[in-house]
Amino acid sequence: MNAAQGERRDIPAQSNHEALSALKAEGYNVLVDLTCVDYLPQGKSPRFDVIYRLMKFDLDGGNDLGRVEVHCSVDDKPVLRSVSDLWPIADWLEREVWDMFGVAFADRPDIKRLLMYEEFVGHALRKDYPIGKRQPLIGPKDGNLPMSPSFNILKPTIVGE
Amino acid sequence: MSERTQKTYLLNMGPQHPAMHGVVHLVLELEGERIVDTKVEIGYLHRAFEKHAESETWNNVVPWTDRLNYVSPLINNVGYAMAVETLAGITVPERGQYIRVIACEISRVTDHLTCVGASAMELGSLTVFLYLIKAREYLYQLVDQLTGARITTNFTRVGGVKGDLPADFAEKFRAVAAKVRECLRDSDALLTRNRIFMDRVEGTGVISKETAAAYGITGPFLRSTGVPYDVRRAHPYLVYDRFDFEIPVGSTGDNYDRYLVRMAEIEQSLRIVEQALAQIPDGKHSLEPAEIKYAYELEDMGKRGDTELISKYAAKVDQTLEGMGKDAAAGTRAPNRWATMPTKEQTYTNIEGLMNHFELVMWSWGIKIPPGQSYSAVEGGNGELGFHVVSDGTDGPYRVRCRPPCLYIMAALPQMLNGAQIADIIPTFGSVNMIAGELDR
Amino acid sequence: MPLEDAAPAGTMTTQLDAALGWARKYSIFQYPFVTACCGMEYMSTAASHYDMDRFGAGFPRFSPRQADCLLVVGTISHKMAPVLRRIYDQMASPKWVVAFGVCTCTGGFYNNYSTVQGIDTIVPVDLYIPGCPPRPETVIQGLTLLQEKIQKTGGRNR
Repeated sequence: MNAAQGERRDIPAQSNHEALSALKAEGYNVLVDLTCVDYLPQGKSPRFDVIYRLMKFDLDGGNDLGRVEVHCSVDDKPVLRSVSDLWPIADWLEREVWDMFGVAFADRPDIKRLLMYEEFVGHALRKDYPIGKRQPLIGPKDGNLPMSPSFNILKPTIVGE
Repeated sequence: MSERTQKTYLLNMGPQHPAMHGVVHLVLELEGERIVDTKVEIGYLHRAFEKHAESETWNNVVPWTDRLNYVSPLINNVGYAMAVETLAGITVPERGQYIRVIACEISRVTDHLTCVGASAMELGSLTVFLYLIKAREYLYQLVDQLTGARITTNFTRVGGVKGDLPADFAEKFRAVAAKVRECLRDSDALLTRNRIFMDRVEGTGVISKETAAAYGITGPFLRSTGVPYDVRRAHPYLVYDRFDFEIPVGSTGDNYDRYLVRMAEIEQSLRIVEQALAQIPDGKHSLEPAEIKYAYELEDMGKRGDTELISKYAAKVDQTLEGMGKDAAAGTRAPNRWATMPTKEQTYTNIEGLMNHFELVMWSWGIKIPPGQSYSAVEGGNGELGFHVVSDGTDGPYRVRCRPPCLYIMAALPQMLNGAQIADIIPTFGSVNMIAGELDR
Repeated sequence: MPLEDAAPAGTMTTQLDAALGWARKYSIFQYPFVTACCGMEYMSTAASHYDMDRFGAGFPRFSPRQADCLLVVGTISHKMAPVLRRIYDQMASPKWVVAFGVCTCTGGFYNNYSTVQGIDTIVPVDLYIPGCPPRPETVIQGLTLLQEKIQKTGGRNR
């Protein structure tokens, strides 16, 4: 634990917006990071741990006056509320959490993926998504992980051919 | 009577830019030349760094981190290694910390040189690009001698660095620093008071410090708005608190200020490396044997069975492991045997060293970091580069999260571009220094 | 279209082929499709230390309509792949494709859900330059090999 990490706090997922607004009112004006960890193999339920990292930032002196690491446990039902009205950057960070983990936000039903292409099915950073599972937009139709490196027939394939 | 309607025009910039910035997609809604709205689409270089890190061992993640911010790879290496060491409670010896600082600052210089060079080229100044890439080339050759590779350095290990500084590093650095400063002087003379350059970059891409803070922006971007926040000062890590360096700060938050901040930071980084090379402590190794043989000779002896003779010699490693000076080896690695790889001299000269090495590299045996989570931040080329590492006690990370500084800047890009002209996108986007490897991971 | 098809039947075009090959190999207009870290080595190769310009390949054309050599530099993800295919299709014959860096040759060490395992699954490749990233010397060697290939194939190309 170091100064950049901040002390850990746990909040209930249903009231994340209230808890985070209270923290913002306390002076935590910068959202440093918003991420998620999947604890499926460890059998935890709810399986996801969403982490908000906040910082009290003094704009004039450029000083970091304290950080806090806020954890809340969710599963993939839309329970969390978006905090993009408190910190505008949360928009993209929540999109990334949805894209990679499938953690839905209750007031963002039309959330869009950030990193993967729209047609991708599934959520890549979940522990039950195999890393080599391919869903190519363009390329070999077979989506399975090849058993040996690249002995495929090498010719360009276009979707629809 | 026909009604006149005003229509906006949608223009795609990207995903393939002519500028060497990487892949990002801007969907611009234009009214003539004026931008009404911008949508930024990223993810075209998503290479699953975080997913791969979960299936690797602790040290094996380091090459993946090289490719995050690929213009300053050593900073990523150091950031990740520090996060793991915080979790494990390992302290790197002093000489190792100094070497890490030197590596980070050289990487920071290459980052800023590339950024300023590329954005100058897009504004028409190919000469400045060639000068700064020439300066970067000297630094790449230096990095090559230090780490073995120009760009994908794979330099840090948990507990230390891969190898010591080469013997003549300090003189070489002095020569290189003189050449880099000369290139900077020439580029400065060509750009800083250049009417055309100033017309393009002054007053464009303005962001206020409140907006920057709301978006979590750090680094040269935030410093150009007047906020003197630098992770090296706010949360000093390694041995940065022993150096005397300034934090250049702008005032207006436009592209001109960012250019000036970056140029000033290059100078400060060179100063830090000079101070580090002056202050670096010797890590005298206590190896006594009078005779030195090449490591391959010792291997051959071992295969022949002359194992008693081996312990009488010290190993001299060949040029592919250049940088492993026998004297300083002790200073570059932490003494934790369960986590830090033994030096090559140990591996090749005695059985304990060999066993130690073997156990640490064998799959599912290796370094085991105690369960827990830690976040630690370093000052990257674009801002606060953080690594949040979760361990479950096995030989590889459970989860590695990289906090990419340029994601925050890219999210704020619409704030800077809306209302501007198309021609303002070029200097603004150049000063963002978007590195797709870091943005999309 | 091969040159022989345009000329009357039975014409051999050896000298013309050679001349065309010579002309084309020394005036490669590259389209640097830069995505990732290999782009840094591309910049180094194009800059003053290693200088691709002395091989005639110094002028990047940033429009596919004006370029003849598509240098795919850096990892191609599945999100980017349709864009690459489109740019390849927009180029006019004769055109050559160079897979620069091991990510474009075979996917590199990115054997995952989002990386194309070699761009030869999407576009036909003429030259593979492996390396992660390839040193500028390797790139220049690759460039000279490409020039030999262009000389040999002369006026004939897809």
